[in-house]
Amino acid sequence: MRTRGQALLLLAPLGAVLLLLFVVPQLIMLEASLGRRSAYGLVVHDWNVLNYLRALDPLYLRVLARSLGLAAATTAFCLLIGYPMAYWLGLVAPRRWRSALLVLVILPFWTSFLVRMYAWVFLLRTEGLVNAGLLALGLPALNLLYNDAAVVLGQVYGELPFMVLPLFASLEKLDRSLLEAAADLGAAPRRALWRVTLPLTRPGIVAGSLLVFIPSLGAYLAPDLLGGARTVYVGTLIQNQFVVARDIPFGSALSFVLSLVVLVLLLAFRRPLRAAGN
Amino acid sequence: MRGDVSLQGLRKAFGDVEAVRDVTLEVRSGEFLTLLGPSGCGKTTLLRLVAGFETPDAGAVLISGRDYTGEPPHRRPVNTVFQHYALFPHRDVAGNVAFGLEMAKVPRREVKERVARALEQVRLPGLGGRRVDQLSGGQRQRVALARALVLEPDVLLLDEPLAALDLKLRQEMRIELKNLQEGLGRTFVFVTHDQDEALIMSDRIAVMNQGRVEQVGPPEELYERPRTRFVADFLAVRNVLQATVLAVAAGRVSLRTRGGAALAAADDGQWREGAEVWVGLRPETLQIAVEGAAAGELRGTIEDEVYLGDRTEWLVRVGEELLTVSQAARRGPALRRGSQVSVVVAPESVLRLDDPQAPA
Repeated sequence: MRTRGQALLLLAPLGAVLLLLFVVPQLIMLEASLGRRSAYGLVVHDWNVLNYLRALDPLYLRVLARSLGLAAATTAFCLLIGYPMAYWLGLVAPRRWRSALLVLVILPFWTSFLVRMYAWVFLLRTEGLVNAGLLALGLPALNLLYNDAAVVLGQVYGELPFMVLPLFASLEKLDRSLLEAAADLGAAPRRALWRVTLPLTRPGIVAGSLLVFIPSLGAYLAPDLLGGARTVYVGTLIQNQFVVARDIPFGSALSFVLSLVVLVLLLAFRRPLRAAGN
Repeated sequence: MRGDVSLQGLRKAFGDVEAVRDVTLEVRSGEFLTLLGPSGCGKTTLLRLVAGFETPDAGAVLISGRDYTGEPPHRRPVNTVFQHYALFPHRDVAGNVAFGLEMAKVPRREVKERVARALEQVRLPGLGGRRVDQLSGGQRQRVALARALVLEPDVLLLDEPLAALDLKLRQEMRIELKNLQEGLGRTFVFVTHDQDEALIMSDRIAVMNQGRVEQVGPPEELYERPRTRFVADFLAVRNVLQATVLAVAAGRVSLRTRGGAALAAADDGQWREGAEVWVGLRPETLQIAVEGAAAGELRGTIEDEVYLGDRTEWLVRVGEELLTVSQAARRGPALRRGSQVSVVVAPESVLRLDDPQAPA
């Protein structure tokens, strides 16, 4: 940095983008959330908090709880699948193959999330590939689609790279001589994993978990496409308020409640996150 | 016996590179044995074979009389002090030293006592609560030592532990390590490329070259009677010459160096007439004189003079050979660049060197 003036000039484009595309829409939504739905689905500005009180209704709290459950399950499965993957990529796989393998992890991003979710529909539906295979083997078809398991599956599939990449970064950085030291001091491989590898890669675990948990909390596409008619999550609920019920103020209030939950989470994990940043 | 190590016919290759080729070596219980050699000679690989970080392609590793070949490191009664210490950054000093005891499920109270004792042993009492990144290089080295010694291993393995320290600290640690080892009476296997370090600390030195042990013996023996060209070169026998044995008679060996100088050596029964050999002459066993040639003297010209405080070194051109002569500091006026001098070689000081690496 040279002078304060130059720094401000360089930051100006970013500031403008944030202001126009984040702060202003948030303010519009905040204002809307404090209003009331008009008969034609527009916003009546009468400054009250009724929408927030309505969001605290047990009916909606249950939806929020379901979403927290989905996010927790997605994070847990991503961690269970992603840690061994990242471990193998970062510590075991031959070094010269590493970048190629990392590209494979990111490769799904080249296709739109929507298209990938439809691919799961084709795989899982009653006449889908999986059931066709089961029938060909003389086994009965299963109801794989339109339930919570399908939602978690789609969500885990979609978020897995966001778990693997930060885990890979911290595992690759891990000093191997520390693992040798642990073995030398009498730690069997599994104990070395618990006592050395996991504690030292905690920043990666925290970063990956937040990167998976937060988008999963407000997930919309996977619940909408893979979930059943009666499985409502916060994401689908908000979409419903804006598009179907045309209750913009309540939809806005719900999304602010969601943001609040995320903010609380970020505050709770700020210390390990800062460690992850270093 | 507890604390001895027997390496039998060990081989280890990485791809096309043979790091260790057929090493057989006995380490005696309670001795300080140094593996000495240049980088890439296989000394660290050999140490890692003992620790269990590598498995040999052939051969066996016996520790305290038991065969540990193929056993993983965590089941071996040895501990290692790593070159860059490998201290756990997520644990404080006491946590690092306690790690092995926790793995061995030692009761908490005993862990505390033993950690405190180990830190005292390495002269770091009261530093248990310190974070690892708050320590100096020398302190880290001591913590690494305490962490390994607290487990009372049969054999302690040290992989160039002093290499990362500055010169003064390194010199202090040499003495301290040696004293510690003598006090404990434990077997230390120490890897270094530094010949001074090896000479000062070791009970015995094994000089390694290209994956083989070329010579094993106490420091005095290696220094005074290096057997191979490589060992001589590594232990500062500065004049290594190729020569032909002209005659062996009456306890005397006549040699002619490739550069044309005539030498006489004492016969120990190993010289063969007509053989091509390598001979070594330590600079400090050579005498320099102004007066003219008698038997066993080489005529030459001084090409350069290097004053080193406690001694002076002269580079003397004898025919085509350039000899280094070292003598206690005495700068005579007659010894200048260009002076005609004679170099006196005592026959007993001529070392016959083998060259096992050369094609037969």
